[in-house]
Amino acid sequence: MAEFLSLHDAIAANVRDGDAVAMEGFTHLIPFAAAHEVIRQGRKRLKLIRMTPDLIYDQLIGMGAAEKLTFSWGGNPGVGSLYRLRDAVENGWPGPLAIEEHSHAAMANAYDAGAANLPFAVFRGYRGVELVRVNPAIRSVTCPYTGEVLATVPAIRPDVAVIHALRADREGNVLLEGIVGVQKEAVLAARRSVVTVEEIVGDFGERSRNAIILPSWTVSAIAVVPGGAFPSYAQGYYKRANAFYKAWDAIAKERDTFTAWMKENVLGKDVSAFARHARAS
Amino acid sequence: MSAYTPSEIMTVAAARALGNDDVCFVGIGAPSAACNLARRTHAPGITLIYESGTIDTKPEVLPLSIGDGELCDTALTTVPVSEMFRYWLQGERITVGFLGGAQIDRYANLNTTVVGPYDHPKVRLPGGGGAPEIAACCGEIFITMAMSKRAFVDKLDFITSLGHGGGPGDREKLGLKTKGPTRVMTDLCVFEPDPTTRELAVVALHPGVTREQVQAQCAWPVRFAAEVGVTPPPTETELGVLRDLQARTAKAHGEDT
Repeated sequence: MAEFLSLHDAIAANVRDGDAVAMEGFTHLIPFAAAHEVIRQGRKRLKLIRMTPDLIYDQLIGMGAAEKLTFSWGGNPGVGSLYRLRDAVENGWPGPLAIEEHSHAAMANAYDAGAANLPFAVFRGYRGVELVRVNPAIRSVTCPYTGEVLATVPAIRPDVAVIHALRADREGNVLLEGIVGVQKEAVLAARRSVVTVEEIVGDFGERSRNAIILPSWTVSAIAVVPGGAFPSYAQGYYKRANAFYKAWDAIAKERDTFTAWMKENVLGKDVSAFARHARAS
Repeated sequence: MSAYTPSEIMTVAAARALGNDDVCFVGIGAPSAACNLARRTHAPGITLIYESGTIDTKPEVLPLSIGDGELCDTALTTVPVSEMFRYWLQGERITVGFLGGAQIDRYANLNTTVVGPYDHPKVRLPGGGGAPEIAACCGEIFITMAMSKRAFVDKLDFITSLGHGGGPGDREKLGLKTKGPTRVMTDLCVFEPDPTTRELAVVALHPGVTREQVQAQCAWPVRFAAEVGVTPPPTETELGVLRDLQARTAKAHGEDT
């Protein structure tokens, strides 16, 4: 059953040095508050997994928390580069970063295989492209029925998945709606999971019978962090801060401006910093 | 006729390539502008799909990312990302995929991964994202890219997504039955692959653009089709709708801090 904990305690109990960590949320519901807590607690040598590293992993990588990144698209959406990711890959700053690079289809299938407790995913992909040459994890299998050669990738089985959801009820069941990405798959594929939520409600009330619900017994820890997805967004609570995504370009471009921003806004703050981004209640 | 920018005619040319019955997998940037322009002009019935899972979305403003809330709010339905790639893309439900890139070669293969060697890149680009499978699984591919010698290169540093490989038969050898890139809309002209050699050839120049200007921005010797047309200039309606869309978008993205 999910434990209700403070964000500090949820991260301390579930994210350890050297862990394979998947912080998911496809543009929507990105768990920024949880990532900031990981940075404040000084976690090291993390093997980060995420389809779109986004600003969240730019920050973790730039602060030296990661030794490896598994990803499929590493840009600032609609804006340009993730400069901290680039600095790590191009110059090894602040330390070397191993990369395992895939396509979106491969990663989505690999999460799905992880949730399904399979060793690998099979899909029609990677035809005629060079990732196959540089990533030894990409292999193939021949269909026993048709003879077609299909791409395979290992299942993603993180030590811990970290996601942000809309609401939890008092029993610790978790609800997500809107763009739901691969969060359900990431949590079900992982050994442990930390879920931050906008609020806890007595009853989910009216909802689609097809809303994504993670039952309490699939989640390790829940922490209430209103605004915890900022500068990404929570459907029905607050919008994506596109202006911040644009501003990040200048903040992250140079090591000094990045470090100063992180000192002031992450190391020098606590979880309450996110509250001002939450829905005005 | 109002004056227009090279970027505007590129977007208009791309929008015109889309039809009412198309089911289109939309990338961010120029493709998104083109697809939404088409929806607001000659193709009101077009189905726009973004890889974040939003199906048949009708945004009022252009999204900054492929997962803005606007896309979900205005979608017919939103599916999980793994389903998007498995049932909808791999399931060959998409008629047109729109791609761009940092580098393109004469066979419309694209690079969005690295400039320089993969292990020690001079510039680390974002990577492939959905592109490797979009290029393989959509019925056909449209590409929009502004021309420059740095972008239209003799040889790609890295093949992120497959166009026509090294020429005729290459896609077929890989078991692909989809058409691959059928049109490249640039700020100067429109290319299509030659039916025999699969090499890109200019089929239309934008108004006032010369063959020399195209060659000056392209690192390989440009081929021209037997008949090279002229792109009809953007109409008042096309320009008005596009500018209105972009003005509303700029306002929307500037307001949230």
